[in-house]
Amino acid sequence: MEQQREAGTLGMWVFLVTEIMFFGGMFLAYTLYRSTYPAAFASASNHLDITLGAVNTGVLILSSFTMAMAVYFTQVGNRRPQILCLVLTLILGLTFLGIKAVEYHDKYTDRLIPGHLIPGASFGPAIQEEGQPLDHHKLHLLQGANVKQVEMFYWIYFAMTGMHALHMVIGAGLLTFLIIFSLKGRFDPEYHSPVEVIGLYWHFVDIVWIFLFPLLYLLGRHFLH
Amino acid sequence: MSEHIVSVRIYITIFLALLLGTFLTVVAAFYDFRGPFNTIIALTIATVKATLVVLYFMHVRYSSRLIWVIFAAALFWMAILFALTFSDYWSRHWLSIGY
Repeated sequence: MEQQREAGTLGMWVFLVTEIMFFGGMFLAYTLYRSTYPAAFASASNHLDITLGAVNTGVLILSSFTMAMAVYFTQVGNRRPQILCLVLTLILGLTFLGIKAVEYHDKYTDRLIPGHLIPGASFGPAIQEEGQPLDHHKLHLLQGANVKQVEMFYWIYFAMTGMHALHMVIGAGLLTFLIIFSLKGRFDPEYHSPVEVIGLYWHFVDIVWIFLFPLLYLLGRHFLH
Repeated sequence: MSEHIVSVRIYITIFLALLLGTFLTVVAAFYDFRGPFNTIIALTIATVKATLVVLYFMHVRYSSRLIWVIFAAALFWMAILFALTFSDYWSRHWLSIGY
């Protein structure tokens, strides 16, 4: 039994390694374009909502904590708090996705969806002119930045946060499965690999966000003084 | 080797440390540390946070050597990915054969 548990965990880790490679490619693209267009990346990043980003980071960290607690309560065989923690994790995961949807909608109304992905709303943000009253819906271009380069940032932003959100959706599905099977009493201190393994997945998705948040939201704030 | 159960106290400590890290990284982002230091500070905090998650929430600290090797391999391949790509991009302009 012990060996089986170990093998399951190992298998999940091997999968997570492939996931690290997958996200690694996108982080590489990000690094490359950011080093090529630093001013445009800072300008584009400053347009993102730092409050929503930070709150979402907190939400995801809290969900990782409740997930860890769910694993703990399964290991000690305490079913009621185990199910409660799983439900809380699911709710927090959905909260994250909800806040993300609000952010995406803001980008849509500010015409920041790159290319022509949305019919009738192709990329074309209003530009903040010098001397005009500050408008948060307008794009404030720092010196040396142009709109085309900002569009590149938004391709990368939507690719990375979109892939991350897709992982969250899959995670929410897996959590639903865990909740149903927990209610049926399938997990106990002897057998609980699914809880442990899905926990690993959930924490991995949290780690991706831990890097995405500073890299996407915080890279140009200090230029605004 | 029987399964190690991480205590609730450790989970709560890690959770609070992660929140503190998030707070620090937001505050630090508004100060101008000159040159590359804003990015270095942000990435250092993110790496510390990720390490805490991996070691405690993901139980790697209490896991077998095999898990350590697998995880180290991932980081190693990431390093190769970045090193080879950037050695290409940085050295392209050394020869002016037109790109």
